[in-house]
Parts: sequence; structure tokens; C-alpha cells
Amino acid sequence: MIKFFLMVNKQGQTRLSRYYEHVEINKRTMLEAEIIKNCLSRSKDQCSFIEYKDFKLVYRQYAALFVVVGINETENEMAVYELIHNFVEVLDKYFSRVVSETLNLL
Amino acid sequence: MPAPIRLRELIRTIRTARTQAEEREMIQKECAAIRSSFREEDNTYRCRNVAKLLYMHMLGYPAHFGQLECLKLIASQKFTDKRIGYLGAMLLLDERQDVHLLMTNCIKNDLNHSTQYVQGLALCTLGCMGSSEMCRDLAGEVEKLLKTSNSYLRKKAALCAVHVIRKVPELMEMFLPATKNLLNEKNHGVLHTSVVLLTEMCERSPDMLAHFRKVSLVPQLVRILKNLIMSGYSPEHDVSGISDPFLQVRILRLLRILGRNDDDSSEAMNDILAQVATNTETSKNVGNAILYETVLTIMDIKSESGLRVLAINILGRFLLNNDKNIRYVALTSLLKTVQTDHNAVQRHRSTIVDCLKDLDVSIKRRAMELSFALVNGNNVRGMMKELLYFLDSCEPEFKADCASGIFLAAEKYAPSKRWHIDTIMRVLTTAGSYVRDDAVPNLIQLITNSVEMHAYTVQRLYKAILGDYSQQPLVQVASWCIGEYGDLLVSGQCEEEEPIQVTEDEVLDILESVLISNMSASVTRGYALTAIMKLSTRFTCTVNRIKKVVSIYGSSIDVELQQRAVEYNALFKKYDHMRPALLERMPVMEKVTTNGPTDIVQTNGETEPAVLETKPPPSGLQPASQANDLLDLLGGSDITPVIPTAPTSKPASAGGELLDLLGDLNLTGSPISAPAPQIAQPPFLLDGLSSQPLFNDIAAGIPSITAYNKNGLKIDFTFERSNTNPSVTVITIQASNSTELDMTDFVFQAAVPKTFQLQLLSPSSSVIPAFNSGTITQVIKVLNPQKQQLRMRIKLTYNHKGSAMQDLAEVNNFPPQSWQ
Repeated sequence: MIKFFLMVNKQGQTRLSRYYEHVEINKRTMLEAEIIKNCLSRSKDQCSFIEYKDFKLVYRQYAALFVVVGINETENEMAVYELIHNFVEVLDKYFSRVVSETLNLL
Repeated sequence: MPAPIRLRELIRTIRTARTQAEEREMIQKECAAIRSSFREEDNTYRCRNVAKLLYMHMLGYPAHFGQLECLKLIASQKFTDKRIGYLGAMLLLDERQDVHLLMTNCIKNDLNHSTQYVQGLALCTLGCMGSSEMCRDLAGEVEKLLKTSNSYLRKKAALCAVHVIRKVPELMEMFLPATKNLLNEKNHGVLHTSVVLLTEMCERSPDMLAHFRKVSLVPQLVRILKNLIMSGYSPEHDVSGISDPFLQVRILRLLRILGRNDDDSSEAMNDILAQVATNTETSKNVGNAILYETVLTIMDIKSESGLRVLAINILGRFLLNNDKNIRYVALTSLLKTVQTDHNAVQRHRSTIVDCLKDLDVSIKRRAMELSFALVNGNNVRGMMKELLYFLDSCEPEFKADCASGIFLAAEKYAPSKRWHIDTIMRVLTTAGSYVRDDAVPNLIQLITNSVEMHAYTVQRLYKAILGDYSQQPLVQVASWCIGEYGDLLVSGQCEEEEPIQVTEDEVLDILESVLISNMSASVTRGYALTAIMKLSTRFTCTVNRIKKVVSIYGSSIDVELQQRAVEYNALFKKYDHMRPALLERMPVMEKVTTNGPTDIVQTNGETEPAVLETKPPPSGLQPASQANDLLDLLGGSDITPVIPTAPTSKPASAGGELLDLLGDLNLTGSPISAPAPQIAQPPFLLDGLSSQPLFNDIAAGIPSITAYNKNGLKIDFTFERSNTNPSVTVITIQASNSTELDMTDFVFQAAVPKTFQLQLLSPSSSVIPAFNSGTITQVIKVLNPQKQQLRMRIKLTYNHKGSAMQDLAEVNNFPPQSWQ
């Protein structure tokens, strides 16, 4: 099950957040800050799945933007990884110019 | 009032903020503007304001004052208003706020709206934040929409149904008829959401699961999956050459749930699983995602062995892949399957061990767990080498887990004692500070058990702490061993290795430095001090030095150390005759698990420092030498001697040492409960008896006997037996003195044959007054499970007329009723 869907930039500013479970407002900002810290500390050749507290993070980096999805253990991590790319491609289809520039897509 | 700015402007403005404080200021200003606009009840711009509010909410600022506005927007007729209103409801409202119930009517109306998009909005919102009351009210509408032919609505209704079922499980049956035709759709959206709905139903209710198995859902799913794989290129569903991988993964997951523990279903899906496993393209991540799901399904259902081998081979191939994600996923799945398909996974052991050297933390953790699961008797040496190397180089967060894992594996599969001790030494020296606290007593117990390795062990431990005594668990184990086996160290006997020349002073040097060092924890210092004390009996020329050290710590600030030092000092001064007995070598310990009332959880290694806390005994104690006499006198036949306890508690370490001397002595004690180490002691005797001093139900009178009558000392035995526990006999002895002088320091000792067990409670006093003017009473409990004839040898010691008297006697005249 997907717990949340985030788009955070390298400076830690949240560009999009959607929580599918109730999380307090103040906890959200803390959570996002910690998550981006975790993702930033990973190098290029490390895998995209991080174990964080009691769920997993699947993240994908597009230029300066990180798309992070929090899932629980019943999900297929690689399918979610594909889902992130699918989402980005959909955004690209609808808002092409803006998205391509921001995310350095093809 | 100027028109409120658009959302776009707001975003642009906020992005120009350079600091957090600036951003907060801008947002507060805008919030104030929005609030005043709400107060004016302005319909035209409400939508815009709420949109901005939602954006600010997403950034983390409170937006609760917009909740009612969302409701007003939902009630409006304009689609743009409704859209923002429902979005706001999804983000800001949930069942915690009471206002959400006001939405119910709006949603109901919108579910029956003429425009499908409005219906869609309502379905989305209900499916996102509907509370149980709302779901109950609106479930009927949702179910109606589930049967509509409009695929746009159908898929949304399916997802809404999932939410309804989660909130109100009782409503599941309502949706059952609608599911019949769901899978006949061509539209992938409907197919996907239907599979999600079916999955949710199957997971929640075993009845549903059985129903779906019967309704031959599996063949339907198999057919759909087959179409997906076989069909040609379909542009709207294509992802990197594979047709709708997301749907494929969902179907595979549902197949997994259906096939679990069910042979028929599993058989029906065998073919398709094999087909997916072999035909899917593995060059891209998409294909691998599908293969991963397939492997998980194969391992979970009752598949045939050929299929399982195929699955594990796929995982093996994943392990060799360069992509980290795939390797991680493979390691995770292998961990799940290693329990069931151990041999198959063993084949990939070398690859797994290579993953230990990977740079990625997640992969390393998985590889470590998997390696521990794969260790067995055959590969333990090789695996241990790799794991020790890993322990050396891994991150600190792994070291504790790795060390514990290595200890466990070494314990289970050690090929030889020396190897085991070498491995432990290696772990202690490389990751000594990360070893868990409970490992120390386990290690100590292990070391005492390998008797022939004592010299080797103590030598290696000594060398290890010579250089570095900062790792606490290592120093604790080393101090304990040096304290126990210091004499072996100094005498230089070691068969396994080149013996080193160590003098007594050098050993004391290192122990003293541990005591003084700032790096040593309080517990470690305790260990060191006790070790130094023990060496006073093992070393010959440095006793004075030891005395000095002990007396220094008598005024230490640390209360624990101070108490120990004071007691040891007392040992030197007042009870020097008892010191050798008290500080004798520890016996071999058995691993004791929690054992009910006796409750000795830890081995002697742990209790030993605690044990010596009890005060040194008063003069009533029988030192070991006397116990020795008893043993000699009794000829060491099948009699097990029993030493009674003094009236007050005595340090059980004395008991420990006595135990060593006297083999399997049954140390039965009165009031001490915890500190007395009961080695190989069946607890039932103490369990039943220690809580009840005497039985309340006394059997028919058993004649009492005079057990001993000599030199004016008479000892009578009276018997009691319980109906509830017929193998126990309680003997009360009464000792009286018919001479004209008191008998002082009277101690009664008894020994019974091996098949019996004896417990001596404390005597009433140790002085028998003269002229029969008083008696000493003492209670003996005898356990006689085999109902053999009771025999007893007794030994009496006392002071009379200024001289110490001692006598032995055998009591054979027990009445038959006392033991039959």
C-alpha cells in the first residue's frame, strides 16, 4: 500500500505532497526533511529502495527533484519504481514544456 | 477590495522567498487576506482562495479555517467550484472533523448527477476520506455505479468500493454480485481496479476467498494475463515494450492469494506462471518487476518443484545483474525462501557472500542476514571467514547484529572448541565494543566448558587486552578469565600455542590499569577487582600487592567497588582461613534457562560478582575443610553429603567452591533464595518445600526415634508425612544436653544415599543449654521418590567443656512408616 507520494527538491522544499494516511501537519514537514536527507546522502550506484522506520522508501531522482514514494512491505518495489516514471511521463504529456525543463527529461 | 491573486502568482511569490522566515511572512499575509475574503462570503473568488489555501497547506501551514469553505464549494453548481471543493475535502477533511458529515448529502446528490465527471469527483472523494457512517449511507449508490456500463465511472466505483469495504467490512457481501461481470471488461482501467477490489475482498474474508476459488476466478485471470502477454503492441498500454505491466503485476498478486494453500488453483496457474517467467524481457526494469512478482507468486503457492527451481534460478540471475535495485530485490526474496528451499539457495551462496562487499547499505544488510541463514555444518569455516572480514569493515550499525549472528552460528556449528574460541576472540577484538551485554556471560560459560582450552584462552585474552583495554565486553571476559585461570597463565603451560612468559606482577599491572582507566565502565571495574582478588589465592608472591590494591578501593567513590573492596578486605583480615575456599576455581557450568522458583537465569559468570556482595559469614559457617572431612569419613560411597547452612545467609560463592570440591553436592539452603547457584539441581524439592515450612496435613502418627545418644547429647527424630506428597518426609530433630555444661556452636550435618534428597532448614539456635533445660530444633526434609529404606549418617560438632567435640553416627532405626 502506498503511504505517501512526495516530490521534494534538493533544497528540501516540498513541491508536491499527498498523504494517504493521516499524519499531523507538523510531523509532515519533519518527515519530509528527514526523507530528503536520506535520499541526498545516497550515491548514484546505490539502490533506490531505502528502509526507513517501518516502511520502505522508493525514490527516483530527476535532475534537482526527488520523487519519493513511501510503501509498506506488501508492495512490489520495482513496480512502484516503474510507477514513478509513469507518473512523470504523464505529467510530461500534459504539461510538456514546463516539466521537461524542470526534470531534464529527454 | 482588490481581486485576490491567482494561485500561480502566489506560487511565484513564495518561490522568490529566500529564507524560511520570508516565506512564512508571505504566507501569513496571504492567509489573512484569504480569511477576510471568506468572511465577506464572496462567491466569485472562493474557489481561487481555497486553491491557494490548499497549496499553503501542502507546504505545511495550518489551513483548518478553510474546511467550511470547501463544503460551500461542493454545494455550488459550478464544476470548477466543485472540483476545488472536493479536492479540499480530500486534503483537509477526514473523519476526525465533525463537519465532514455535512458532505454526505452533497455527495449523494452528486453521485446521481447527470455529468459523469461530477459523479467521478464524488466517487473519488468518498473513496478517499469517507468515514464509516458516510460509507454505510452511500454504499448502495456506489454499488449501483459499479454495475454501470460507463467504464470511467466503473473504475472509480471499484476503488470507492475498496475503501467502503475497508471501513465497513460487513458491507462486503453487498458488492459480491457486482463483481461477477467486472472482469469481462476490455478497459484496462476497469480491469485493474476490479482486480484491486477482488484482492481486497479475498484478503479480508476467507469466505470470499473460498467463493472466488469456486467461481473459477483463476481461469478468468489466467486468460486475461495470457492476452496481455500474447497480444501485440498496444500503444495505450505499452511501457518499454511490455503491455500494461501494472495490470500484470496486480493479476499475479491476486493469483498468489488465490493459489496459497490450494492445490487446484495452484495447478491451474502453473502454466501461465511458467510462461510469464520464461517469456518476459529482462533487459529493462519493467520486465524485472514482473519477474519479481512472478517469483514471489511461485514461492507462495503450491507449485511443482520444477517451477520452484525456475524461480530460484531467476533470483540467482538477478543477483548477477549489475542493477542494484534488482540485486536488492533478489536478496530480499531469497531471504524469504531460504527457510523452505534451503538447498536451492545454497547454490548461490558464493554470489551472496560477494554481495557482502557491496557499497550499498541496504544490500549489505540483506546479504548479511541471508549469509547467517545459509551457514551450516559444511560451510561454517568458509562462511565465518567471510563474515569476520565483513565484521571488520562494515558500518557500526551492523556490528552488533553481525557479532550476535556470528556467536549464534559459531555455537551451533563450531567444528572444534579451539576454532570456536578463536572465532569468539576475533569478534571480541574487532568489534568488542558492539557486542551485546548478554553475550559476556554466555562467552564465559562457554569458556569454562572447554576445560582443555583454558590455558590457551587465557593466554590469548591476556595478549588481547595488553595492547588495548577499551572494549568493555572484551575486557570483562578477559578479566574474568585471568582471575580464574591466572595460575595457568603465569605457569606458562599452553599446548596449543607458544606459551608466553608472564610474571604475576605483569598480570596485576594490566588488571590495575583496567581499574584505573577512565575508559572502563563500572561493571568492568567490578570484574577487574574480583579478578585481582581471586588471584590472591592463585598467585604466590604478590599477595601483599593484592592486599594493597583491595584496601585502596575500600574508599572508592563508586559504591559497588567500595563494597566489594571492603568485603575482600574483611576476607583478608578476619577470614583469611576461608579465603582459599571462597576463591576456588569455578565448576563447569551448565547452561541454565529460566527455571521457575529457583529462578537462576544467568550462569555463574554473571552472578559471581553479584554473589560476593553478601556479607562474609559469621562464625557459624562450616569451612570447606570440614566438609572435606565428612566426605572422607563417609568413604565416598553412594552417600551424598549435605552441608547445612548457617543460621544467617552465607555467600553462595562458598557454596560454589564447595560444590567443586564435593562433586555433585546438593547444596540445600535455608533463607537464601536467589544468590545460591543451584547447579543441576532439580527444582522440585525447593519449589514444593521452601514455601511451606511444615505440612499442614499430618499423616497418622509415626513413632519418633532416638537417633543418637552419647556423651550427654541426645538427638530425637520426629516424623511427619504429607498425604498430598507421599514421597516427602519431614523430620524434626530435637537435640538436648543432659550434662552440666552448655554445648555451644552446635552444628548438625546429615548425609543420605544418592537416591534421596535432603533439605536442612536452619536450626533454632546453636547452643544447647545444660541440664536438658532447652533443646535445639531443626527441620530436615527428605525426598524419597523411590520409596527406599531411609538411612542417614549424621555428624555432630560442638564445643563442650572448652574443647571441640565431633562425632559421627549412622541412623538406621527409621520406622517403616517414615519411608514406605
